[in-house]
Amino acid sequence: MSGSSSHRPSDHVDSEEITSPDIGFRGWLRWFWRQLTSMRTALFLLLLLATAAVPGSIYPQRSADPNGVTLYFSNQPDLAPWLDRFQFFDVYSSAWFSAIYILLFVSLIGCVLPRSLVHARAMVAAPPDPPKTFTRLKAKASFEGSTTTLDEAFAELKARRYRVVRDGKTVSAERGYLRETGNLVFHISLIGLLVAVAVGGGLSYSGQRVLIEGETLVNNLGSYDSFAPGTFFTKDSLTPFTLKLKKFEAVFDLQAVNVGTPTDFRASVVSRVGVNGKPKTSVIRVNEPLELPGANVYLTGNGYAPVLTFRDANGDVSFSGPVIYLPQDANYTSLGVIKVPDASPKQFGVLSFYYPTVAKLKSGALTSAFPGNVNPAITMSVYVGNLGLDNGMPTNVFSLQVHGLKQVAGGKKHPKVELTKEGQTVELPENLGTVTWDSTKRYASLDIDYNPAQLWIFLFAMLALAGLIVSLLVPRRRVWVRKISGGFEVGALAKGDDARLEQTVIDLKAKLATKVSKKVQK
Amino acid sequence: MKPVLLDVNLASVSLIFVYAAMAIYTISFLMFVFHIAQATSDKKSVRDSSSRLQRASFFVLGFGALLHGTGVTLRGISAHRVPWANMYEFSISGSFLIVLIFLTALAVKEIRVIAAFVNGFALLVLGTATTTFYVQIKTLMPALQSYWLVIHVTVAVLATAFFNIAAALAVAYLLRDWPWVTSSKSPIAVLIRRVLKAFPDSAKLERLSYRFNVVGFILWSFTLIAGAIWAERAWHRYWGWDTKEVWTFIIWTIFAGYLHANATRGWSGRRSAWLSLVGFAAILFNFTIVNLFFKGLHVYSGLK
Repeated sequence: MSGSSSHRPSDHVDSEEITSPDIGFRGWLRWFWRQLTSMRTALFLLLLLATAAVPGSIYPQRSADPNGVTLYFSNQPDLAPWLDRFQFFDVYSSAWFSAIYILLFVSLIGCVLPRSLVHARAMVAAPPDPPKTFTRLKAKASFEGSTTTLDEAFAELKARRYRVVRDGKTVSAERGYLRETGNLVFHISLIGLLVAVAVGGGLSYSGQRVLIEGETLVNNLGSYDSFAPGTFFTKDSLTPFTLKLKKFEAVFDLQAVNVGTPTDFRASVVSRVGVNGKPKTSVIRVNEPLELPGANVYLTGNGYAPVLTFRDANGDVSFSGPVIYLPQDANYTSLGVIKVPDASPKQFGVLSFYYPTVAKLKSGALTSAFPGNVNPAITMSVYVGNLGLDNGMPTNVFSLQVHGLKQVAGGKKHPKVELTKEGQTVELPENLGTVTWDSTKRYASLDIDYNPAQLWIFLFAMLALAGLIVSLLVPRRRVWVRKISGGFEVGALAKGDDARLEQTVIDLKAKLATKVSKKVQK
Repeated sequence: MKPVLLDVNLASVSLIFVYAAMAIYTISFLMFVFHIAQATSDKKSVRDSSSRLQRASFFVLGFGALLHGTGVTLRGISAHRVPWANMYEFSISGSFLIVLIFLTALAVKEIRVIAAFVNGFALLVLGTATTTFYVQIKTLMPALQSYWLVIHVTVAVLATAFFNIAAALAVAYLLRDWPWVTSSKSPIAVLIRRVLKAFPDSAKLERLSYRFNVVGFILWSFTLIAGAIWAERAWHRYWGWDTKEVWTFIIWTIFAGYLHANATRGWSGRRSAWLSLVGFAAILFNFTIVNLFFKGLHVYSGLK
């Protein structure tokens, strides 16, 4: 600890000036360790960490915005691979970002451990003796007292909850040990936080699933549309439960200034925990996930799923069921993809738009004017040709590669396929048969997340916050009262920022002085 | 939740109050500037009369704050919710809180001199809010329907207010011994020198700035934790490196560095004052550029 009487906070060990280190490997090692655990290094690493975090907000990140990364690759085909080589699309799991925070934590541990020992010793030690003279102290005063002044000083400081010792000529007192305790608790909690985050990340899983009204999710790997397991995840981590989406409701505002703003999304679900669990009905809303044993279920998106039936020229059904349409704008103009490999005479694929409230733009193109299902319509572009589903390669169900296919309906040049009410059947061109719009269902995108360390992360964060508050707001202060020729002097020294340092001396003097000494020092 | 009935007329009344507050703030700003000129005058008689002008300026500022507060409250009533759900509302509420905290903190005598700065800043924020950020009242989208909107955002605004006052003090501290200011004969340098005479000494400025930053840092830490708790509820994860989360983290780390700088030999004083300004710049960047131009989940500006 620097015994500086400066007003600056100095409750940390100042880094030592760089001196030429001892010769030899051990000397170098010790020098390196001392540099790593110094305050200056911690400061440098903190600023470096702040700087290193910036690119992650500029470039799309795979973890938060995978589509953005794909888009970046197609927009900047030359630059993107280079950025990728230096992990600019995975900044927060990159080698360089990790290196900085791991070094920071090593530095932190190297700093906190010895300080804990020092503090443990200080906690049981007597307050230190006063400096030889008070000239360097910022807060000091002298006054005339009596034979009982030191006794009074002792009692007064004791009453103010200082730790006090005295001898014949001096009273030494110290308070605010909690400041360093808080400081250590804060830093140790950060270590705990990092461990909890790491362990939690390893044990966690996050699965996504789109459920159409009436569908049921069974919590096993095969049920998920996408699934991100932690490093220590095993299949046994999935607790058995089922979840059925009974109904999905969305409320959109109709007031003129606010038209179309969603005000509520409600997914009514029936869950069953375990093999023979009782069905339980609950509602999942955006800020109100469903908490099941071993996982939380969150509502992250929604949309329309019209039920369509395709029949070929003979009247045989080639496709029937609800189709998930992905919203493309705030008014839920939604895009759906249908692939009909079993159609005869030839395979065809459909790119289709769903407009919950159809309206015509000036250009003649259709759009949706309101996200609610007021005046819905469906349009279709039909493509015939080999859909590429038969060669065993996995394909994205939400996209149709139209390259190599022949468009036969939709667009400007081809006959229109347009459905304007449920129950309607229209004919497809080129003898492809018919399509019927049977009904419209809604779907909910659900996120099923499990992280057993979340409570620990919360507790460590709270502990860190408490430690931080204590370490920054509790003043650590030493006070001495000493007999000198012709009276007494009182001096105080703060370790770190102390708003009440001068006032402490003034108060003590007022309490103890029988008469103000003539050679009062300011 | 059923859509609540929005009171568009009341929102217009709220806007009128905000405009009125801007007018009054302009007057108090000019008064504060004039006061600094008086307080640093060479003539003793002028200096002596300056404290009366200062007191009067604070009353005018207080009146402006009253109108400002009314505008903010009416905005909330007109939409039946807290008035900070988009950038316009966040700006008017945030600047109101900054003025309010400043008026409350006037008990600390030494910070009175930065009145012109705080007043000017609030005026600038209101000007930007009404001209650039203004949007009609809207009902809350589902993601914002949470009591964490009250806690998380209020504390973030409070932290910003404290960082703002600390930054003002740091600017004064840095100007104090900037060679150009201390020695140049240019009229601007002379003017700054004169203005700085009204400020407390460097040690005091540095200490005050440190204290406001300490409170700001504690509040910012809380903002970060509260945000993580809310993110777990609304976005199914407590932390996901969303652009706003990234910047909250960057700001936290800069100020953590600032606190360490204050305990590092060679880094306290000027360098840590610069860090404090870098931190505040990051806050402004986070609120303006990140809100408007960066892609992320915190897209609540309401602007197209």
